[in-house]
Amino acid sequence: MSGDLLQAIGGVSTETKDIVVEAIGVDKYFGAHQVLKDIALTVKRGEVVVIVGPSGSGKTTFIRCINHLEKIQKGRILVNGHLIGYRERNGRLIEDSERNIARQRQEIGMVFQRFNLFPHLTALGNIIEAPIQVRGVPRAEAIETAKALLARVGLADKENSFPAQLSGGQQQRVAIARALAMRPSLMLFDEATSALDPEMIGEVLEVMKELAHEGMTMIAVTHEMGFAREVADRVVMMDEGRIIEDTDPIQFFTAPASDRSKAFLARILR
Amino acid sequence: MNFDWTSFWHYLLQPTSVYLHGLWLTLSLSVVSQSLGTVIGVAAALGTQSRFRAVRALIAFYTWLMRGTPLLVQIVFIYTALAAGGIFRFTDIDLGFVIIPGNIQAAILALSLNEGAYMTEIIRAGILSVESGQTEAAKSLGMTYFKYMRRIILPQAVRIIVPPLGNEFNAMLKNTTLVSVIGVPELLLATQMITSATFRVFELYTVVALYYLTLTTLWGFIQAWLERKYGEPSRNLPQNPGLIGGLRKMLTRGEAAR
Repeated sequence: MSGDLLQAIGGVSTETKDIVVEAIGVDKYFGAHQVLKDIALTVKRGEVVVIVGPSGSGKTTFIRCINHLEKIQKGRILVNGHLIGYRERNGRLIEDSERNIARQRQEIGMVFQRFNLFPHLTALGNIIEAPIQVRGVPRAEAIETAKALLARVGLADKENSFPAQLSGGQQQRVAIARALAMRPSLMLFDEATSALDPEMIGEVLEVMKELAHEGMTMIAVTHEMGFAREVADRVVMMDEGRIIEDTDPIQFFTAPASDRSKAFLARILR
Repeated sequence: MNFDWTSFWHYLLQPTSVYLHGLWLTLSLSVVSQSLGTVIGVAAALGTQSRFRAVRALIAFYTWLMRGTPLLVQIVFIYTALAAGGIFRFTDIDLGFVIIPGNIQAAILALSLNEGAYMTEIIRAGILSVESGQTEAAKSLGMTYFKYMRRIILPQAVRIIVPPLGNEFNAMLKNTTLVSVIGVPELLLATQMITSATFRVFELYTVVALYYLTLTTLWGFIQAWLERKYGEPSRNLPQNPGLIGGLRKMLTRGEAAR
């Protein structure tokens, strides 16, 4: 697998603001059940933040709020300085128009646990779809970029394969290429390796590591502690809807501050 | 038994111009009404997901009305009852190269509206069959509703939609006989017109039945081809039912006048 994923899309995004993600006092409810409690998180450009925590701790819900796949009930989330999903009127937040939300999402790549490739399109078709339809990139240019991306994730020979003909690991690598083709300034990974057979986890983690080393700003929800230890700039531990620890990986893995982090690590590193 | 084979073969193999015109009307009414019905179905199916309660209520009322009353009643209502009530009278439309008579307009309207109600349910089921992760992936790439519906969701829904759509068209071919009551000279009315002159009722109704059987059988082959074509990218779903399954489907789909 050769490097230069970002070179394939023409370098990191042109966004220059130092802070990419800023979440302030975020509350989220499913009905009466509160799943996010006063979440605050700041992610700087080029940072890799790994969110860990037991299932049901709200980490996937939180990452889905960052591109407004989930609504929030209180607080605010800014990406590149712009309020996500809402606009402010007379001090109150009201949901933004579909068009504006869609425009904001172009800046934010997302990789899903279940890949969610479009099954009626080939690998290449999956990657060029949004650049052509959303960004208005000329078809020939989109194809060129897509081929370069496929080559960089080690799937140059699979451009005409349909998702059903690819292994899970291959599908997830196409999904990463699909997200990158939109030239996002932020990548979200929602348990990107959790649905994979063990022997395929490595090939996807390789691509994620490569991306991190090239300077992509990333937030990854994962159970892969090796990835967190090796690549993360910060590890964020969530439990019962709260962030209970936000620290560097060495600190987190050698001397976690809270008992709940210790208990979590004891369970997962057993 | 009073069956004249000579007349039978004559009407079967050398149809008169009245008969051929009837065949043309049956085919064109079916294709036009099915197409319009499908367009109505797509629009109404999307409308069932509207966040406006009034839109959803309107569509629910429409499907309830169209599926709850006989097609034959709808045809007569639209053409005859509306005119009798002084509400709307269909008049011939001259398109320059062709004149479309009022009763054919009414026939197309009734057949399309009726078909649209059934297609609404079929297309809605197709859209709902596409897993929600597809919508999320499309949204996360910055697509807006109409973009991801057109490019991502509907193309996948087609796989679910095509088999029942084929059955709908099979039924449509036969349901066009109902517009004979408002004087549209399609195959059935053409047959009636010829029998009233020749009194060869047994032979001519055998012939017309064979014509319909031929049309639906030919359609069965086209349907099987369509299902193969649109079943393509997903290799793990059951595909076309084969000749026996296809025949069984055609035979179990009988209810003409609904």
